[in-house]
Amino acid sequence: MENVGLEMFLAVSAVLFVCGVVCMTTKRNAIGVLMGVELVLNGANLNLVAFSRYGSLGLDGQVMSLFVIVLAAAEAAAALAIVLAFYNNHMTVDIDQATDLQG
Amino acid sequence: MSTVLFTIYALAACGGALAVVLSQNVVRMAFWLVISLSSVAGLFFLLGADFVGATQLLIYVGGTVVLLIFGVMLTSSGPYGTIKSQPAEVVQAGIIGMAFLALVASTVLSVNWQANEERLANAAHQAAHDHGDHGHVHEGEDGAIERGYNPDESGNTTRSLGTALLGVRFDKDLSLESEDGSDHGHTHGNHEVSAGYLLPFEIVSVHLLVVLVGAAYLARAKRRVDVENA
Repeated sequence: MENVGLEMFLAVSAVLFVCGVVCMTTKRNAIGVLMGVELVLNGANLNLVAFSRYGSLGLDGQVMSLFVIVLAAAEAAAALAIVLAFYNNHMTVDIDQATDLQG
Repeated sequence: MSTVLFTIYALAACGGALAVVLSQNVVRMAFWLVISLSSVAGLFFLLGADFVGATQLLIYVGGTVVLLIFGVMLTSSGPYGTIKSQPAEVVQAGIIGMAFLALVASTVLSVNWQANEERLANAAHQAAHDHGDHGHVHEGEDGAIERGYNPDESGNTTRSLGTALLGVRFDKDLSLESEDGSDHGHTHGNHEVSAGYLLPFEIVSVHLLVVLVGAAYLARAKRRVDVENA
């Protein structure tokens, strides 16, 4: 680990984060959007654990990343339930069809 | 060796994430997401966070992705059915994504991390000097404090994480008592009393319960609108 610095992990997490954001904005399938959210949260987690290793954050970064993982699981369950309810009502998961709340 | 492992895991993580963005089929996206998340777990193991890596494998790869695949199975209108984006949207999003990546990467590279680490080491050295020669602040050969939670042996964090979630911080609270023979060895020279994470742990537990009950309520089997019409 001597040759691998903090910048490398931050670069990897930046790539994950940007891929997640692009995935969230470009996919028209609702489940694809959820996968983008998972990628974004993974980039943030990688940042937290890298700072816990290389910075003075200690164990707090790891505890924070555990909370992020648990909240991501809860978010995936709730969002998937919403997607299923939307599919039951509209027979599609295309998010461009979700225009019921358009005033 | 660790550089090789880091290269493999980093390439797999970034390549998996790129493939998630580029592929149009949702099932293939789920497969590439498994690759990417497993590689992130490998990076966690490389960083010495064994419990977080195991949790990543269990919850993300074992739980969340299975949930997503069930969602794909329950909502797909046909085999290999894809919902395409417009090519103009793809080009636009690609340009914006590259600009965003350039912004984040330039920010990371422009920060002087070395000076920050030296400042942290100086602060820790000063704190150790202020507390006299207790001698339980780990100092390296050049007088700099050793960073990270467990730099010597990678992976000894499970017990500390569990006790931190229950409100006891072996890595911080008991550092004052570690001079009478009990060797915790992970002190940071940080002597303030920390309450641990008992309250956030309880909050996140109740939050998980409420969210799962709400999800079960939302996703309950309901008669479709068009079934009644047909």
